[in-house]
This record gives sequence, structure tokens and C-alpha cells, in this order.
Amino acid sequence: MLEIKNLKASIGGTEILRGLSLNVGAGEIHAIMGPNGSGKSTLAQVIAGHADYEVLAGTVTYMGKNLLDLEPEERAREGIFLGFQYPVEIPGVNNAYLLKAAVNAKRKHQGLPEIDAFEFLKLAKEKMALLDMDPKLLNRGVNEGFSGGEKKRNEILQMAMLEPKLAILDETDSGLDIDALRAVAKGVNALRSPDRAIVLVTHYQRLLGYVEPDRVHVLSQGKIARSGDKTLALQLEEKGYDWVREAANG
Amino acid sequence: MAPDPDNIESLVSRRYEHGFVTDIAADTMPPGLDEDVVRAISARKNEPEFMLEWRLRAYRQWRDMQEPAWAHVHYPPIDFEAISYFSAPMSDDDRPKSLDEVDPKLLETYDKLGIPLHERARLAGVAVDAVFDSVSVATTFKEKLSEAGIIFCPFSEAVENHPELVKKYLGTVVPQRDNFYAALNSAVFSDGSFVYVPKGVRCPMELSTYFRINAANTGQFERTLIIADEGSYVSYLEGCTAPMRDENQLHAAVVELVALDNAEIKYSTVQNWYPGDENGKGGIYNFVTKRGDCRGANSKISWTQVETGSAITWKYPSCILRGDNSVGEFYSVAVANNYQQADTGTKMIHIGRNTSSTIVSKGISAGHAQNAYRGLVRVMPQADGARNHTQCDSLLIGKKCGAHTFPYMEIRNPGAKVEHEATTSKISANQLFYCRQRGLSEEDAVNMIVNGFCKEVFKELPMEFAVEAQALLNVSLEGAVG
Ligand SMILES: Nc1ncnc2c1ncn2[C@@H]1O[C@H](COP(=O)(O)OP(=O)(O)OP(=O)(O)O)[C@@H](O)[C@H]1O
Ligand SMILES: [Mg+2]
Repeated sequence: MLEIKNLKASIGGTEILRGLSLNVGAGEIHAIMGPNGSGKSTLAQVIAGHADYEVLAGTVTYMGKNLLDLEPEERAREGIFLGFQYPVEIPGVNNAYLLKAAVNAKRKHQGLPEIDAFEFLKLAKEKMALLDMDPKLLNRGVNEGFSGGEKKRNEILQMAMLEPKLAILDETDSGLDIDALRAVAKGVNALRSPDRAIVLVTHYQRLLGYVEPDRVHVLSQGKIARSGDKTLALQLEEKGYDWVREAANG
Repeated sequence: MAPDPDNIESLVSRRYEHGFVTDIAADTMPPGLDEDVVRAISARKNEPEFMLEWRLRAYRQWRDMQEPAWAHVHYPPIDFEAISYFSAPMSDDDRPKSLDEVDPKLLETYDKLGIPLHERARLAGVAVDAVFDSVSVATTFKEKLSEAGIIFCPFSEAVENHPELVKKYLGTVVPQRDNFYAALNSAVFSDGSFVYVPKGVRCPMELSTYFRINAANTGQFERTLIIADEGSYVSYLEGCTAPMRDENQLHAAVVELVALDNAEIKYSTVQNWYPGDENGKGGIYNFVTKRGDCRGANSKISWTQVETGSAITWKYPSCILRGDNSVGEFYSVAVANNYQQADTGTKMIHIGRNTSSTIVSKGISAGHAQNAYRGLVRVMPQADGARNHTQCDSLLIGKKCGAHTFPYMEIRNPGAKVEHEATTSKISANQLFYCRQRGLSEEDAVNMIVNGFCKEVFKELPMEFAVEAQALLNVSLEGAVG
């Protein structure tokens, strides 16, 4: 579904991704771990198409298409969803309004009519119940004054409504209490299906206890330093990243 | 006074010196302003003596006044001698015969705004007999109003049919010498609206300039007077969301509102004069004096405006809170894009006891535009218990535009409660990226953020107007990013 080959990307003139390769197949869940500043968010932003990042080399193919040719909104409509590490606040814009606009942008792309207001509300309430979210958040400004955990749940709500083909969740599990973590895990597991793929960027084994990954990768200095199955995450938890760095260098 | 035929004759002959020889030109006076021109305007309109005297007095005051220079706007000096002060409605022969003859770009904009087909013809100035729709609607409308005893007519008709009301109220809110443009307007005003709502009557529908017969040709010096008698209510809609073109560059309107005891006036404006092209060429200069007088106890006047047009806007709808417990409100969205300049705001003058005022101003700047809010809150010594809340927000789109806030407060009563909040925000690249990552185009994302920013003001507009205003904003900001 997603094939990244030898990707090099920079921001502000600094090369962050230095020849990264990664394959994610349909139906798979991948976890990406790695020390702070290793380039995990950079990778996520490059896949989503943030204009501040410059792609210097390599290819990114998504469902057979050259992803780098597409505008960010086209990528989104084609089914790529990024759960942001730091979801931005948009004061004054109703959360439900953005959500509905997003759903309709995608439906339009698929040649479907706009979702009926009643149906939309029903669906949103259903998903919120699943995520154990306060329905009031629907009528607040987008992320405006949301707590850290509420922001992350809101990302999962958007994901649940948009039903992406490829979801990349950038530290959606950070800063969550136990209940919220379970709710997020429930949202991710509900999305799991043979024709979808999920990439979880995380620092912790905890989420992976609820959402079992098929593959675990360690990103270090802009490259995948090591890949393995779910046991790799446990090893990391125990031994830290030095172990990977040493293994990579030695 | 009867029209003075000699005078008109001399003016007409003077025009020939300027080389105007066609029939069309015969409807337009030669440029320049003196007492003869004022007399001729009055004569053309068959005005009674008192009206002519009133105009002349205004003219004499204007002659000695200076153009104001304090606003945060820049434009080449206006040559008042080069302006023609009377132009009759364009004759049907000069108008497009059908929409096929209208500038396709204009039609495209109408389309984007979702303006109904029959409306487009009227707005584009297609000859009247080709505009088939509005006559019957307007007639039923007029019948309903007269049943309620409400007077709603062109200003010139009011001068003719209700001179006592005009005499009693004209110039009592905006005195002739109030400012340079108000004085000019008083001398040469072309036409406008007159509304009188009798005691205890709640006007059953929104009064819209759209339904005023002859609405299309009020000219560049519009004059409006609205009187709400004791215990009455009226909501008045001015303007229209469709882009209006006009061959006159300078527009100087005066609007006076009078609310007597327990009366309420709601005045909503959507202003969309031609702003000029992307380089700022050819736009309209809009210098307007709008003021409401809460003359009676418990009266209320509320101004809501959405300003997207004009090259230059100079406009401060104000409230004089004279009656005890009277309430003044000002809700404004002002958009300036490309090279537009807007200097707008309000004045709330607290005189009566327990008067309160609310100001919500939303300024949006994009392109190279400059947008200034200028607001005055004055609390007089006798205005015990006065309260004001001002909220003044600016939104910037892009890096080359500017927002300026000039709040003035003159508080001469120590018990007054006056609050002022101001914010300036930018549409950030990260906000746009977030929306785009959710599948919205950049333009839709900007529109969504802008509409969210203006929500508080839009909700004050009558429903249909609000929907149109929203669409209008989107069109005005098209291409503002990128
Ligand atoms: N504008 C910029 N100019 C230069 N360097 C930048 C810029 N933005 C980010 N970086 C750097 O890029 C590197 C990678 O950042 P990134 O956010 O991808 O790390 P991360 O792996 O997601 O870390 P974390 O686990 O802390 O979220 C960091 O060292 C960061 O300081
Ligand atoms: Mg990160």
C-alpha cells in the first residue's frame, strides 16, 4: 500500500530523513519508535505533504501512485489520514463544522452526495460514544481550549469518521490517561481491516499492548535502524535506544 | 419654490461649452458646485422652498469646511470641481438590453453568490422593462405596509407628501455641518429612503431597499431618514451582496435614525461597492455618515454591517444614547483585500442614565490592504450607570496587509463600566495544513476560518442576509492566500 524508497527530506536546510525505506502492506499495523528528534514526525509530515519539508531524493508510492505529486488535500481525499502530534487550534471554527466539511470533501471525491445533516450527527454521536468523548466537544471551536487528551481523542474521532485507508498516528497515545488510551486503542482496532493500514508512531509499549503491531521499526538519525516483530518493542522498553544505535553502528 | 427655468437653461448651455452634445448628457449637470447648481438640483426635484433653503444653508457651510485628513486612508486629492452633482437615472437606451450584453465576469460573480436569475438582470442594470419580476412583489409589499400605517418611500416622495415629518427630523441627528461629507451631502443629496413607523407598530417585515421603487438610482449622495415612533420596531436592510458598479467614484451618504420612547431600530448593511481591480484602480470612495439617536427612554438602535467593497471606506455608524436606559449596538465585519483601505468603527455617546452599548468589530485584512478600527466611547458626566463592552478582533491573511486599532475613550462619569478587549490573529500555515490534511482545499479552509471569525456578527443579520454575506466574504477573499 505504501512504499518508501531511499527518502531524503530536509527542513530549514537541515537534512532530517537520510535515506529511509519502508513498506507497509494492506491490512498491516506498523509501529515506528525511536529517540526524540530522530525524524518520526518529519516522516509523517512528508507523507501528508507539509510544504515546509523539502524532499531531496527517493520515492513514495501510495496505492500505485506517486504520492509526492499530490497536494495535501488530494492525499487526504485518497485516504491518507495523519493524527497530529500537536493538533492545531482553530478558534471560532465549530468542531462539527470542520468534521462535516472533511467528510463531505471525501464523499465528493468519491462521487457521493453530501452527507445529510441528521445522518452526520447520528454518526458522529455514535463514534463519540465509542471513544467515550463528551458530545459537547462537537460544538466547541476546533481543539480550542481542549485538554491534551481531548485533542488526541478528537484526532481519533476524525479518523473514525473519515475511515482512511492509511492512518498515521503521531504519538496519539502520548499524554493519555488509562481510559483515554483504551478509547484510542478501541478506535484504532475498529478501523483495522484487510484493506487498511495503520502506522503508529509511539514511544511506549503501552499502546502496543492494546493494538498489536505486525512490524516494529526503530528510526534513528533519519533512517530505519532496525525492524522486527512485536517483541522488538519489548526489547526496546528493556534496553533503551543505545542498544539499537550500538547494534546499527557495530 | 417652482423650478427656475432660466437657471436650468443657463446650466444646460454651460454644458455645451464642455462639449457635451448628446441627449444622454442632457440629464447630467456640468461638473462643479456653486449655489446655482444647488438651486438647479432642488428645482429638478420640484422641491418646496424649505428644502431649497436647507440645501443652500448646507452648501454655504460646506464651502468653508476642509476635507478631513485624520483617517488612516490615502488617496489622491479629490477635485470637487470636477464632479457632476446631478445625474438622472441612466436612460433605458444606454442600458444593456439583456444579460447577454452584460460583462461575463460580473455574471460569473453573481453565479458564485447564488443570486437568482431575475435578480441578476436588475443588479446588472438591464433596462427596467426587461426586469419582469419585482413589480408585483413590491406592490403587495406596499399594501401590507400602508395597512400598518408605515411610510416607506423614496426620500423625494417624502419631501412632497410628508413635508412636516421631513422638516421635523431632517438634520436633527446629523447636523449639516457635522463633517465635510455630511455637509456636502446635505447640499446636493440625490435621493434615498424615508421610513416612518407610527406609535406602537411593529413593522411586519424587513424593509429592504430592494423593495423601494426606484431603488436602482439613488445616485452618489444618498440620504436616508428612519423614524421609529414610540413603542415601534423596524428592521431595515440596506445594500445588497452583489457587486455594484457605479460610474461615480465618490459616494457620500448620510443616514439618520431616530428612535423615540421604547422604540427599536435594527439597521443592517451589506456593502459591496466595486473595490477596484487587483491593483486598486477604479474603485469607489465611500465616505458615509451614519448616526442613530436613541432619543427616547428605553429605546434601542443596533447597527450591523458587512463591508467588503469600495476602494476606500470611511464610515462610523454611531449611537447617541440620549434616552434613559437606551441601548446602542454595533456589529461589524470589514474586509479589505488587495489595495482596499477601510477606516471604520463606531461612536457610542452615553448621555442618559443606565445606557449601555456593545461594540463587536471584526476586521479582516488580506493582500496589501489596510484595515483600521476607530471607535469612540464617550460617557457624559450625567450618564450614571453607563456600560460599554467593546470587542475588537483583527484577522490577517498573508504578510503584506495591516490592521490598526484606535480605541478612544472619554469617560467623564466615574461610575461608568467600560471594557475593551482586542485581539489580532493570523491564519497560520499550520491551521491551513491541518484543514487540508482533512481534505479541504486551501480556499475552503480560509473561508471556514474567516466565517468562524465573523460568526458573532453574522448571527445578528437577518437569516437570508447572513447566508448571502457569508458567500460574499468567500468571494471577496478569493485568492487571498497563495
Ligand atoms: N524548522 C526546522 N529547522 C531545523 N530543524 C528542524 C526544524 N523543524 C524540526 N527540526 C528538527 O528536525 C528533527 C526531527 O524532528 P521530528 O519532529 O521529526 O522528531 P521526532 O522523531 O518526531 O521527535 P519526538 O519524538 O520528540 O516527537 C529535530 O531535531 C528537530 O529539531
Ligand atoms: Mg514527533
